[in-house]
Amino acid sequence: MVLASDIQVAQNIGFGIIAVMMILAGVGVIASRNVVHAALSLVVVMAGAAAQYVLLKAEFVAVTQVLVYIGAVMVLFLFGVMLTRAQLGKDADLNNKNAAIAAPVALLLFGVLAYVLIDGFADEKISATTGAGATPQDTAVISDLIFKPYLLPFWALSFVLLAAVIGAIVLARKD
Amino acid sequence: MLINQFLLLGALLFCMGVYGVLTRKNAVMVLLSIELILNSVNINLLAFDAMNGGSDGNVFALYIIAVAAAEVGVGLAMVLLIYRNRKSISLDDLSEMKG
Repeated sequence: MVLASDIQVAQNIGFGIIAVMMILAGVGVIASRNVVHAALSLVVVMAGAAAQYVLLKAEFVAVTQVLVYIGAVMVLFLFGVMLTRAQLGKDADLNNKNAAIAAPVALLLFGVLAYVLIDGFADEKISATTGAGATPQDTAVISDLIFKPYLLPFWALSFVLLAAVIGAIVLARKD
Repeated sequence: MLINQFLLLGALLFCMGVYGVLTRKNAVMVLLSIELILNSVNINLLAFDAMNGGSDGNVFALYIIAVAAAEVGVGLAMVLLIYRNRKSISLDDLSEMKG
């Protein structure tokens, strides 16, 4: 028997609206002839992804996504666009001649992935009451995980970030 | 909610990113497409996390966000260096490795 609370009509409608928005903006990222428009479409995709994270009961990751991706990474991208003086208007010279090969590759990849996913997870559901984010102390659970079982990767990640920052400074420095 | 709706959305975004990486000539646009791919992976991780009721997937997603930030920093520094040396960031012009 299917209960009304199992179908989650409101969440499904929200998912549909956000997913359509994300897909349209994704097409904008890969098809726009204007670098700045593509970057701003990516902002919409990232904001939509943050909304999907909330639907998936991962509020902390959603907030981090907004802070780090939309806040920091996009500013970095817009600086990159400005500093490389890419044409701010229409730029016809943005694509190479590979579209005839890339489109079948991407479509085939999506076909295989969709077949495997539909075959493997036919009607598995995301439970509404259990899981991450069901309780207010979820962020405490995440921090416990980061600083206990995943401490070594956290250290490694700190060194990766440090090395990346130093590397970026060394690469971009004028001398 | 079915888990498949999230997984299929992630797969679609992943394939869009692959298409973008293969077709774009401008290096900044290739980095934008890579961000699309990383976001789709995060959606997958969090969907599986919500299905299994743990919190480990959230940790992985946070680590991926940090690695993506580092990758963008280094990538854009390289793009700036290429631009400074040859006044162009067209990836088709970078053919020194061709034998």
